[in-house]
Order: sequence, then C-alpha cells, then structure tokens
Amino acid sequence: MAAVGQALAVLLVGLMLMVSGAQAGNEPSADGNGYQGADYWRDVTQGVSGYSTVKDLEAGVLINRSGEGWRQVRNDKVKPSGAWALSLTLLVLASAFLLLGRSRLREPRTGRTLERWKRLDRWLHWSVAGMFIVLAVTGLSILYGRHFLPDVMGETVFATWMQGGKLVHNYLGPLFLVCLLLMVLKWALRNRFTLVDLKWLVSGGGLFTREHPKAGYSNGGEKLWFWFLALGGLAVSASGLALDFPAYLGLREDLQLANLVHAIGSLALICGAFGHAYMGTVAVEGALEGMVTGQVDESWAKQHHELWYEEVKAKQAGQK
Amino acid sequence: MARMKFLCDSERCIECNGCVTACKNENEVEWGVNRRRVVTINDGEPNEVSISVACMHCTDAPCMAVCPVDCFYQTDEGIVLHDKDTCIGCGYCLFACPFGAPQFPQEGAFGQRGKMDKCTFCAGGPEEDHSAEERAKYGANRIAEGKLPLCAEMCSTKALLAGDANEVSDIYRERIVARGSNKGAWGQNLAYNAAGRKN
Ligand code: HEM
Ligand code: HEM
Ligand code: SF4
Ligand code: SF4
Repeated sequence: MAAVGQALAVLLVGLMLMVSGAQAGNEPSADGNGYQGADYWRDVTQGVSGYSTVKDLEAGVLINRSGEGWRQVRNDKVKPSGAWALSLTLLVLASAFLLLGRSRLREPRTGRTLERWKRLDRWLHWSVAGMFIVLAVTGLSILYGRHFLPDVMGETVFATWMQGGKLVHNYLGPLFLVCLLLMVLKWALRNRFTLVDLKWLVSGGGLFTREHPKAGYSNGGEKLWFWFLALGGLAVSASGLALDFPAYLGLREDLQLANLVHAIGSLALICGAFGHAYMGTVAVEGALEGMVTGQVDESWAKQHHELWYEEVKAKQAGQK
Repeated sequence: MARMKFLCDSERCIECNGCVTACKNENEVEWGVNRRRVVTINDGEPNEVSISVACMHCTDAPCMAVCPVDCFYQTDEGIVLHDKDTCIGCGYCLFACPFGAPQFPQEGAFGQRGKMDKCTFCAGGPEEDHSAEERAKYGANRIAEGKLPLCAEMCSTKALLAGDANEVSDIYRERIVARGSNKGAWGQNLAYNAAGRKN
C-alpha cells in the first residue's frame, strides 16, 4: 500500500517536470469594449498574465492564488498529520518494546560466524543511513523548527542552525541520491519478493507465533523496507532536486507540488526509518553486529534467516 | 493606530513606471530585484489596463505563516517586514504570496536563492532606524521620518495611494462618487480580508 502511494508520488513528480515547460499565466478572456472593472478584476484573480517591463519568469502575473491552497495543505494538513504520524510511530515502537521485549537468541552463540555484509555493503548502508539522519534532522527543523527551536536554543543560535542546516540539506541531498542509487542497484536483485516472503508477512514475522517463519537472506519485512526506501527515496530526491535548483524549475505551482511531495514522502520515510532502526538495535539481538562487523553468529543466522543459513552451509559443504 | 495600505487605482495608472524607478532608486535595491512592478493587461489593445503591484502588507500574511524561520513581523501599522539575517532563502514566502512580491537575488554557482527582498513600505527593517546596516539590507526608512512610501508620493497621476487605510479609502471614495462607478481598485479584498483569500 505504501509502495503504491510512493509510486504515485514518483508519477506526480514526473508530471510536474513535464508541465514545468509551460508558460506562466493565462490570456485575458476578452479584449473588446467594456472589458473593465469586474471583468478584468475576475481575470486578474484567475491569474491572467499581462506585460511588464520587469523581466522575471512570473512578473506579468498580478495574482497567483495557488499559494493559499499550498499554505493550507502544508500548514494545516501535512504538518499536523506528520507530527501525529511521527509520535504514533514512536509510541507504537515503545509499547512494542514494553510488551514484546527484545527478541533473544534462542540458542546460545556458537562462536562460529558467517559473513553477511561485505565491506562495500556496510559502507553503503552507513553512508545512506548517516546522510538520511542528517537530512531528516535538518529537514524536520525546516518543517517544525520555528515552533520550538527558538525557545530551546535562543534566536541567534536558531538563525545560525537554520542557515547551516539548510546549506547542509541542500548539498547532502544530491549526494544522498547517488549513494541511494548505488545501494538500490547493488541490493535490488536479492530483494525480489518470493512466496516465502509472503508467508513470512502473513504470519507477521513470527511476532505472535512460537515458530519463527522461514526467511532467505532478507525477510519479507526487510524487503518491504528496502522497496519503500527505494521508491520513497527517489520521490523525495526528485522533488528535492526541484527545490534545490529553483533557477531551472521556477514556476510557483511546480515548486509547491515538489514541496508537498517532498514533505509527505520524507515524513513517511522517517516513520519507516524509526521502525527499522528499532529493529536493528534494541528489538533483535545479534542483528546490529552484522551491519557493524559484517559477521553474524550462526545461531542468529539459523534463527532469523534459516534458508540463507542452509544455503551458505550447503555451499561450505560443497567446497570441502 | 493607523493601518497602512496600498491602493492602486487602475483607472488612473498610465504605466509610466515612475513608481518602479522611484522604489529602485530610493531603496537602492539589488541588481535583478524589483520590489515593485507595473503590469499591463491587453497591452496595446483597446481596454488596456495597468496596475502597479508590490507587497500589499497583507492581513494574516501568507508569507509569515509559512516562513520556516519565522523571520517576518508585522508592525503596529500593519507593515509586513522581515529579518534578512535569519532568512534562509527557501522561497516558501514566494510560494505562498498571492502577489509575487518576494524577490530573490541569485547566488552561487547553482543559482540558489539569496536572502529574500521585498517592499518594506519604505519602513526599513529590524536594525536601528537609519543605521548603515538598515540602509544596506533594506533601503530607506521613510516611515521613521514621518513620510510615506516614495512610489506613491511620486506617482504622477496619483493612481498609487499609500498610507493610513481610512485616508486612502476616503480619497478613493471621492473618486468613485465623481466617476459614478467603482472599477478601479484591485487586490484589496485579497490582501486585507484573510477570509476572502480562502478559495
Ligand atoms: C540507527 C540507525 C540504523 C541501524 C541501527 C540500522 C541497522 C541495520 C541492520 C542491523 C541491518 C541488517 C539487517 C540484517 O542483517 O538482516 C540493516 C539493513 C538495512 N538498513 Fe539499516 N540501520 C539504521 C538506519 C538505516 C537508515 C536510516 C536507512 C535508510 C534510510 C537504512 C536502510 C537499510 C536498508 C535498505 C537495509 C537492508 C535491508 C535488506 O536489504 O534486507 N538503515 N540496517
Ligand atoms: C530522504 C531524506 C530526506 C529527508 C528526510 C528530507 C526532509 C525534508 C523536510 C522535512 C523538508 C522540509 C519541508 C517543508 O518544510 O515543507 C525538506 C526540505 C528540502 N529538502 Fe529534503 N529531505 C530529504 C532528502 C532530500 C534530498 C535528497 C534533496 C535534494 C536532492 C532534498 C532537498 C530539499 C530542499 C531543497 C528542501 C527545501 C528547503 C530549502 O530549500 O531550504 N532533500 N526536506
Ligand atoms: S503581499 Fe506577499 S509578501 Fe506582502 S504581506 Fe502579502 S503575502 Fe507577504
Ligand atoms: S525565503 Fe526567507 S523570508 Fe522567505 S520563507 Fe524562506 S526563510 Fe522566510
């Protein structure tokens, strides 16, 4: 479902890029006698474009009412629902931890490890994750900062924080896109959905069952996160690039749309990242070391990724 | 307290661009930025209409509502001003503004937006009145001298009116009576009636 939403967002950005070649403003509706007063006033409020000696993309447009709609959607819809979504996610994760606790290793560590994430994989993961976190912190400051940061840090520090944050966000964005693309290319094939993943998802990842459902290298949940990040990341990056280079995509309507896609997409991704980081740290014993050292204990592999474990074991046996 | 407003009477505006020039000169506005512009509809055709437009200093100003760094403030007289030291050049105020008032100098290799610049109603900025910093960042502060914006003061036909809302509407009402019709003024509802902006 989320993936569908994200795909739609990508489509929207594509459309936006296509229409951006269009001319700003419309033609006046009439030019005969009596075109005065109420008539032209109506045209002007509909965004009619005239001639101006000032040369600017939209200088001829006297009134552009699109801003009010954008303001309402961003300020009255996106901001409150985003705040709710973020808090609810944290609340759900906290209660999950209180109710279910940490998923422990069922068998003691064997001391034997398997290589799970190569150096390049780990490098990709932590650069994408690191940049994402910085982008999220600076981005959320842009979205919500004005409501509490000046009180927390004082007006002057806030100004400096926002200046620096915006600069960092602007330059890190394109770099994030590059690393994300590399990561998606490297991991995409392995993340194709199979019947095993469907079963895994149907059984809720074994959260409520005693039996742990089977999984290959990645389980259904991880694959969902992967594709959610791939599609959402692309939508957020495409809209972010549009916001980054207003000189090339200057019409207000396009930038308003880009801003909404960007804000909604990044809020959804941040919620997802909360869940993911929760799984990677406190929720699942033994997972983090895989992404840190590259090696996982055989007990962990057998418990969480049985099919992968068997595959690796079969290969090892074949080599002997 | 007075409520400052602009009113442009399109029955009088002759597109001389005197207001644009007066503003540019009085405020020493940066290259590439025009705080005021004149737009002519049906240029060169019958029923040509011209209107001079700049920041209208809106009630419940949309720019103020969306600025991520909250750098706008509205004076007791209703003039909408902003702090360039805090502005991050995100452009959101322009996205929200009905009149296309916020302007941006292009900066750097990628043409990013610099600090936002817009009409100040000739009221300077948050710096000390008539200080060198205020002059450099925001231009003139005629309001502190008890004067009105230069664009309106120099308007050759007095199409552009600026000042206390009551006096401005008194002058305009006299014109309506003389003409027998109210066709000239524009943008008033949009700028000064926040509810009228909603659709
Ligand atoms: C504190 C933050 C984070 C921690 C502790 C963490 C931890 C982990 C761990 C342990 C894995 C490997 C799971 C396994 O071996 O099956 C993993 C995989 C992954 N992580 Fe993170 N991560 C963090 C943040 C992020 C962020 C912010 C992103 C992206 C925005 C991200 C994207 C991914 C992806 C795409 C995978 C691979 C999923 C797959 O293909 O199976 N991670 N993470
Ligand atoms: C996936 C990580 C990202 C997150 C979580 C994120 C988050 C955000 C958020 C929350 C905002 C504020 C939106 C608003 O106030 O309405 C924002 C603004 C912005 N983002 Fe991102 N963003 C991410 C990636 C990117 C990328 C990849 C780019 C560029 C390629 C980018 C460029 C921008 C730009 C240009 C703005 C506008 C603000 C400004 O110009 O100061 N972002 N981002
Ligand atoms: S005209 Fe535009 S810049 Fe001026 S107060 Fe209204 S919204 Fe703000
Ligand atoms: S460009 Fe500056 S003044 Fe305009 S909304 Fe952004 S930070 Fe505020």
